[in-house]
Amino acid sequence: MSEKMKLTAEQQAILDGEKGETLAKVMETLVRYGELFGADSMVPVTSQYNHLVTSFGLKALGPVYDLMDKLIAEGAASQQKFSADPRPLDKNVPSSFLQNFVFQNFMYTKQDFYEEQLQKLGLMDKDAFTCACYMDQVGNTPKEGDILSWSESSAVVYANSVLGARCNRNSGIIDLMGSVVGYVPNFGLLTDEGRKATWVVEIKTTKKPEAQLLGSAIGMKVMEDVPYIVGLDQWLGTLDDGAKTYLKDFGAATASNGAVGLYHVEGITPEAVRLGRELVAEDAQVYVVDDAELQRVYDSYPLVWKNKNAKPKLCFMGCPHMSLEQLTTWTQRVERGLKESGKKKVVIPTVFTAAPAVIKEFEATPYAERLKQTGVILSYICPLMYMNNPLSGKMPVITSSNKLRTYTTARYYTDDEILVQITKGGN
Amino acid sequence: MREFQGRVVSPGKLTAKALVSHGGLNTLASFQKALQFGDKKATCGDQNNPDLYGKEMAGKALCLPRTIGSTTGGLVLYCACSMGRQPACLLFSEPIDSLAAAGAVLADVWLEGDHTSMPVVDSLGEEFLNYVQDGMTINVLPDGRVQII
Repeated sequence: MSEKMKLTAEQQAILDGEKGETLAKVMETLVRYGELFGADSMVPVTSQYNHLVTSFGLKALGPVYDLMDKLIAEGAASQQKFSADPRPLDKNVPSSFLQNFVFQNFMYTKQDFYEEQLQKLGLMDKDAFTCACYMDQVGNTPKEGDILSWSESSAVVYANSVLGARCNRNSGIIDLMGSVVGYVPNFGLLTDEGRKATWVVEIKTTKKPEAQLLGSAIGMKVMEDVPYIVGLDQWLGTLDDGAKTYLKDFGAATASNGAVGLYHVEGITPEAVRLGRELVAEDAQVYVVDDAELQRVYDSYPLVWKNKNAKPKLCFMGCPHMSLEQLTTWTQRVERGLKESGKKKVVIPTVFTAAPAVIKEFEATPYAERLKQTGVILSYICPLMYMNNPLSGKMPVITSSNKLRTYTTARYYTDDEILVQITKGGN
Repeated sequence: MREFQGRVVSPGKLTAKALVSHGGLNTLASFQKALQFGDKKATCGDQNNPDLYGKEMAGKALCLPRTIGSTTGGLVLYCACSMGRQPACLLFSEPIDSLAAAGAVLADVWLEGDHTSMPVVDSLGEEFLNYVQDGMTINVLPDGRVQII
């Protein structure tokens, strides 16, 4: 089976079926997957927790639940506890009778069943549902150098870039399988060579670039390659809570508009601070981002609404989930916007999304009541899962998330534009 | 006839009509509707892909550079295979990406029966994607050769 990859005696024994047929198939899957990318060995997963992309009991994914049942029946539970992406439904988020009918009868009919499966397989907490699992409040924050078996593109790119952990862009199921056997194939972003930058991105803007727009521009340019970003440190300063929030949104855009799994920001991210331009490969290409380039990218987004002048019916902020710092800052921004427009409540139904643990901490601050007074709804939902309902897809929804724009019919606006839309009304 | 040599990811032999995407295939966006609402022809639901949007993918030789998008991509392909709604094969011009690789390997290792089969060949080269067009007849051979008739 495995001619190219060197396995330890223990790994070979699992592959040979000494721990049962199911575990043998799990190992075979990982070995074959790794060999496609030239992996030389299987290395131990060293993080405390795993993170899974599949959080939704979508009827269409029946075969996945059957596979998970097989793992449970064979006692092949995860060796690590794990968090998972956000839940798909929240009754606090506005939806019509028909939308709810589709959600409950055609889409997420397996939600309760699937959450039970996750509990059996090792969910770290009954509310450990968020794409931003690395937030301090959630507690799934890997250390620099940790080897992960995570999926969820925005979480993987954050863990690699901002935390200095090592993880490939794994698919759902592969993520869990790494945890089940405790090993992942050693290739790509797990290796020093794979973490070298093949692009140098020079930031030459006249103001701090919009995180979601810059990430989109870089993602579309470098696709799956690793960029080394120069000139962004002058706008970010140090890696404080504000910079981490910026990089969360920036990274999610690079990963969804392209397929970036790791970026280095000179003077900011841990490997760039430690190794500097040693991280840049010899023949690296150069991409210059200035104001005109960001405008070009912004203007290139297709608007897929049937009625392009429709008045927005809903606004989503928080894909990926918002940080505590973001919830606080945005409470103040919305208050200021409403004061300027002379209004008491937001003029478009607006949903801010965050991890349950972040919401809990936010609700212990005075800002929670202030946000509530503005009419903004706070939810733990996954906006993507909401938008995947075909009836939601026909709604004019606006967002400042470039990930949500990419995967759904939502229209993208910059943060400043969103603020105008929800506090003054745009159309 | 033109022949291209690629690398075998999942082996197989078949003949099918080509369906070509010049941009990356967003797996979740393309297949979700089909899996959700029982569309056995797997009509592509990705509005951002002008080459594929609205076209039937099941049973076609899907020619593409790579897959893109959500890391659910691999399990979506696995589900499409399990339900018999997968393309006849995936033919990549570039080396396969980690999400499509996961889908191909998961289907090959965990599913049984001809109706779940989805041979995959990668690294066919840019010229392959420049040459192949919708509706052309494709022969895939077990050694990774792809013939376009």
